[in-house]
Amino acid sequence: MIDVARKERNYVDADYSVWSWFLTTDHKRVAILYLISITVFFMLGGAAAVLFRLELMTPQPDFVIPETYNKLFTLHGILMVFFYLIPSIPAVLGNFLLPLMIGAKDVAFPKLNLASWYVYMVGGVLTVAAIVFGGVDTGWTFYTPYSSTYGNSAVLLAGLGVFVVGFSSILTGINFLATIHTMRAPGLTWFRLPLFVWAHYATSLIIILGTPVVSITVLLVAVERLFGVGIFDPTLGGDPLLFQHLFWFYSHPAVYIMILPSMGVISEIIACFARKKVFGYHFIAFSSLAIALLGFLVWGHHMYVSGQSMYAGFVFSFLTMLVGVPSAIKVFNWTATLYKGQVSWTTPMMYALGFIGLFTIGGLTGLFLATLGIDVHVHDTYFVVAHFHYIMVGGASMGYLGGLHFWWPKMTGKMYPETWGRFSAIVVFVGFNLTFFPQFLLGYMGMPRRYHMYPEEFQVLNVMSTAGASIMGVGYLLPLGYLLWSLWYGKNATSNPWDARGLEWTIESPPTPHNFHEKPVVTTEVYDYDPEQPLPPPSERVVSPAESETETVQ
Amino acid sequence: MLGEFRLWPRAASTVAEKVDTLYLFEVAVTVFFTILICALVIGMGVIYRKGSRAARANPPTSKWLEAIWATVPLVLVMVMFAWGAAVFYEIKTVPDGAMKIDVVGKQWMWKLQHANGKREINELHVPVGRPVVLRMISDDVIHDFYVPAFRVKQDVVPGRYSQLWFEATEPGTYHLFCAEYCGTEHAQMIGKVVVMEERAFAEWLSGTSSDDPPAVAGEKLFERMRCGTCHKQGPGGRGPSLVGIAGKPVPLKGGGSVLADANYIRESIVRPQARIVAGYQPLMPAYPQLTTEELNQLVAYIESLGAPGDGDAGRSDTGPSTPVEDATPPDENEAPSTEGENE
Repeated sequence: MIDVARKERNYVDADYSVWSWFLTTDHKRVAILYLISITVFFMLGGAAAVLFRLELMTPQPDFVIPETYNKLFTLHGILMVFFYLIPSIPAVLGNFLLPLMIGAKDVAFPKLNLASWYVYMVGGVLTVAAIVFGGVDTGWTFYTPYSSTYGNSAVLLAGLGVFVVGFSSILTGINFLATIHTMRAPGLTWFRLPLFVWAHYATSLIIILGTPVVSITVLLVAVERLFGVGIFDPTLGGDPLLFQHLFWFYSHPAVYIMILPSMGVISEIIACFARKKVFGYHFIAFSSLAIALLGFLVWGHHMYVSGQSMYAGFVFSFLTMLVGVPSAIKVFNWTATLYKGQVSWTTPMMYALGFIGLFTIGGLTGLFLATLGIDVHVHDTYFVVAHFHYIMVGGASMGYLGGLHFWWPKMTGKMYPETWGRFSAIVVFVGFNLTFFPQFLLGYMGMPRRYHMYPEEFQVLNVMSTAGASIMGVGYLLPLGYLLWSLWYGKNATSNPWDARGLEWTIESPPTPHNFHEKPVVTTEVYDYDPEQPLPPPSERVVSPAESETETVQ
Repeated sequence: MLGEFRLWPRAASTVAEKVDTLYLFEVAVTVFFTILICALVIGMGVIYRKGSRAARANPPTSKWLEAIWATVPLVLVMVMFAWGAAVFYEIKTVPDGAMKIDVVGKQWMWKLQHANGKREINELHVPVGRPVVLRMISDDVIHDFYVPAFRVKQDVVPGRYSQLWFEATEPGTYHLFCAEYCGTEHAQMIGKVVVMEERAFAEWLSGTSSDDPPAVAGEKLFERMRCGTCHKQGPGGRGPSLVGIAGKPVPLKGGGSVLADANYIRESIVRPQARIVAGYQPLMPAYPQLTTEELNQLVAYIESLGAPGDGDAGRSDTGPSTPVEDATPPDENEAPSTEGENE
């Protein structure tokens, strides 16, 4: 058995031809395709952020002209939201790991999975084309009637890009739901599923229910721009607020599309490096579903000052507050998992613990924005910018990086340098806080967002923010460097370098094209860690396939 | 005063301190829980670090702990909701007798007009200690009238009126920002709100101005466009009489009724066919050629026809507040509104 496993080539070495990648239906290779393309879009979006943060160093518009500034923040928003945050964890880690975690050979619809990547790339190319052909200056929110009637930039092309990329999410969501429902290994009951799988299940539900709405909305903007049909423009008899309702009906749940998978990653990492089952497993699993459901009922909290009725404001504020409860439960549960555990401060764990701190601040400041009386003042100011970056970067991105480190040995068969990993986690954490904490103060001071110039009294805090952004930029470049380095020079990874539980750790690193040699049968509970036993030193962490079989196969 | 470095915004309206108190409460909650969570994470991460001697036996079960940390946040967020809603209610409820000012937002400037006809651009002079209500509309895209020192903002939407009220408490000069992204020069759609002592303000207001009050200008326009041919003062016209309709419910053709607020009056000029008054034929042509300001003037005139006799008086500064529906989309005007409750 061992010999057979050793002789078989892993999924990377199985075929070196270019077409074996571009025509692959292997979920692991699709994940790698996504990993590369998402990294490219992330760097483009990050570069835009660097440029406008430089502009904001001084109150005067001296580095770029206003049009350029507006196109930069629009580009940053569109790329980061639609091409990085939404697909990052599901399409990279989810694609790679979901079948492994449930003991499957692949996702339910492998060809659809590959198609989703092509759709994603077409959407990406259209959006990049929009930049080349003049750029877009509407903001990622595309508010009408500016986007539909007044904006004279390449709105249609960018809108088409967003429209197309939505279908890639939908295909992934359908695939995950079908896979989780139909392809779990024998014995892998719903409550033996890792929380990563639960989180992706909830995310997939949001994706397939919400994404069509934003697609339709973008289509309606196009119809108004092209044919002059009055939908959103009041001079044509349309209603500009209708756009905001439709847009946020998707785009608020989209926030949970970005954060829920990250919460799944955090649960896996904390369980492994605290050597304990996640505290309140059922609560965390169901709170994902609760967040997914409630997420659809809160879109109006983006519209307290839009002219929406005061009573609608009351309802949306109340419902938004309720989302705070399952989020709080998760944070307390992760924290409680550490109690009486065996905590190792590894790179993934540092990202995960950083996530808890930043998500706590991001979540609590979300309550300020849900509070009607406060939101009137801080709406559309830097307070909002700071809040959602604490959730999106401090939450979603920290989870993505933590997960990437955690499963890097599984994905590539290589170990990254641990010291560099911890160092980068600290640099990202410090740089992040320096960038975005001053923005809370700026926001309460009243500095509106999307200003390329501002009154002088806001300069000190803006300089701090820009300084932080440069540190954070370095923090993001470090993993790019040492993870690439590890592909050639890293130590070979064993099948289970963290002595972690879960089916993905019972197979080789990197896995063979068909993952499992025999169909695994699950007899143990999820997160079957022993808190009395610390994580063994690396030299003793080799789990041979034969051993792992006794754990999982009868 | 503008331009000096500070970490806390100036508070210069009646609601500012209430917003600040609520804000500080939530800051306290945030600081408490952030420190609690960080202390627990770091503390337990150190105490229960790998291989430490701390006892690991009998970790707690989850039921009662879960119940506590579901209940405590629930109670806290409900307090935040109720408190925030109360402050919001005050921000949204215009006091009787507020001084009225018309605001038109356009790319990229603020045009303001006082009830006596005096105009301002990117600058608003108001008296201290007196409620002011802005009736705002946009000429093009969505803007947002934001005065941080007053802690209030309101989107300024094309095609419909929205309103914002405040009562300044401190004389001084304050920032006025456009808070809703509106295009290339969004960041330059800024201005100043100058809060003056009552006497200085009265002096300033009575300074030279060649403009008619909006209602008077509206009356001239009404005559020039011969609106009175159909809309006679008494009954018997081809269109309904406009005397005394403002702020009253109007029965609609096909059943139901609508509150004849500024939005309905405006809609009836721009798109007369949208909602026809019961008993009349849909004969009126649309008037798309009227500018935003001309529409404002006509609306002001029709509102000034509130009671027979004071038709020429212009809009009174101290009269009962005229309902301005900012809250609901045009076809939901039957819904109860805050402003309605003030009457």
